[in-house]
Amino acid sequence: MSTRPQDPPALTQSAIDAEIAAERDAYAERLADGLPPVHHPDRGYRPYRSSVLRHPEQPLVAVDDPEAVELSGPVFGVTDVTALDSDLTRQHLHEPLGERTTVTGRVLDREGRPVRGQLVEVWQANASGRYAHQRDDHPAPLDPNFTGVGRCLTGEDGAYAFTTIKPGAYPWRNHDNAWRPAHIHFSLFGTAFTQRLVTQMYFPGDPLFPHDPILQSVTDESARQRLVAAYDHSLSSPEWSLGYRWDIVLDGPSATWVEEGR
Amino acid sequence: MTVRRPTPSQTVGPFYGYALPFPEGETPAAAHHPDAVTVHGNVHDGAGAPVPDALLEFWQPGPDGSRTGAPGSMRRSPTDAGFLGRNGTDFTGFARVATDADGHFAVRTLPPGGVPYLSVVVFARGLLHHLHTRVYLPRALAEAPRDALLDSLAEERRRTLLADEEGERRYRFDVRLQSDGTHEETVFLAFE
Repeated sequence: MSTRPQDPPALTQSAIDAEIAAERDAYAERLADGLPPVHHPDRGYRPYRSSVLRHPEQPLVAVDDPEAVELSGPVFGVTDVTALDSDLTRQHLHEPLGERTTVTGRVLDREGRPVRGQLVEVWQANASGRYAHQRDDHPAPLDPNFTGVGRCLTGEDGAYAFTTIKPGAYPWRNHDNAWRPAHIHFSLFGTAFTQRLVTQMYFPGDPLFPHDPILQSVTDESARQRLVAAYDHSLSSPEWSLGYRWDIVLDGPSATWVEEGR
Repeated sequence: MTVRRPTPSQTVGPFYGYALPFPEGETPAAAHHPDAVTVHGNVHDGAGAPVPDALLEFWQPGPDGSRTGAPGSMRRSPTDAGFLGRNGTDFTGFARVATDADGHFAVRTLPPGGVPYLSVVVFARGLLHHLHTRVYLPRALAEAPRDALLDSLAEERRRTLLADEEGERRYRFDVRLQSDGTHEETVFLAFE
């Protein structure tokens, strides 16, 4: 009738919400004290419980070496992608269920220059919020016509484009009744290994935003907004698909920057 | 020069396994290459437990010191879009390997030319922003003993970047995301 005594009390959404609010308040105080804005998550962001044992406690060691190998990086080419990789709705015999969606944008470096001919990789859940992954035991249906993996190379202007279906929200076990807002995972390369980025793109107006510790780990409001794509009606196709725009800016120095800075 | 504000990082999450790893990702060295070296180890968390859902990437110069890399790490079939494996001649300089259920990884590559280290990026579920580190190979280091990064570190910190030579062409390198109280946390790097 009641929970067994050895069961720890469930970690509630309201407890996580309170932790998220406390982290935001602490960040607002830092800004008020004149510290610069922080664009990336703190790796030890406690509301995301899996981070607790998986973040370094020692400060990172700054490498300021113009000869560092990390100022160059891996390259990819036409042998590494196929034409159908960028259309996640055409990788099976039939079409997947869900809202057909296009996502497009440009990959830029922090000086605003396009990142050309580089690899963009995406992966996502299906329209029901289920990943084609053995360890996803969310009891939502798999879609035999959707795997949820895509790749493309950026164009001369840094542009990428994917056709997919809008992923569903899905439950996870960070705390009791935890749900992740719909998102697409992105993996990006720049011209230097220092610019490597793995991140997640969100869809505008999702009511789960304030409750999600992964999105909220970006405590800077405007940085968080940069993870949310914009619905762009000019990218929608009549009786076919809805269009979203999401530009990506890679952090980190690059070799070209070093040359120009000399 | 307009400085753009960067797109924030987010965790790679638990479900990258069907998207990011690819066949031969862990073997930049061509099969049976006589100079190939194996670098292997475990990724551990702050409780000392193995991390079975980490993804490591390696980047390095070719044996000739070239830093341009080459395409073809994840070469594909135009016929059925499957993976063909590397072409057996070009050295791409790039490796990607996921840890297994024991938190173990292994890569087989060629010794880097001109520097004594391999550059590493670590991703994992629970890690909100990837980490950079380096694997220093003792043989290469013996030839060029001065290294600005290693020289700047206290001995116990420095040691976390040095691979152990276990045998002929075989090196051990463990990654500790956080100290477990017994083992030193790996040195992770920032590039501003």
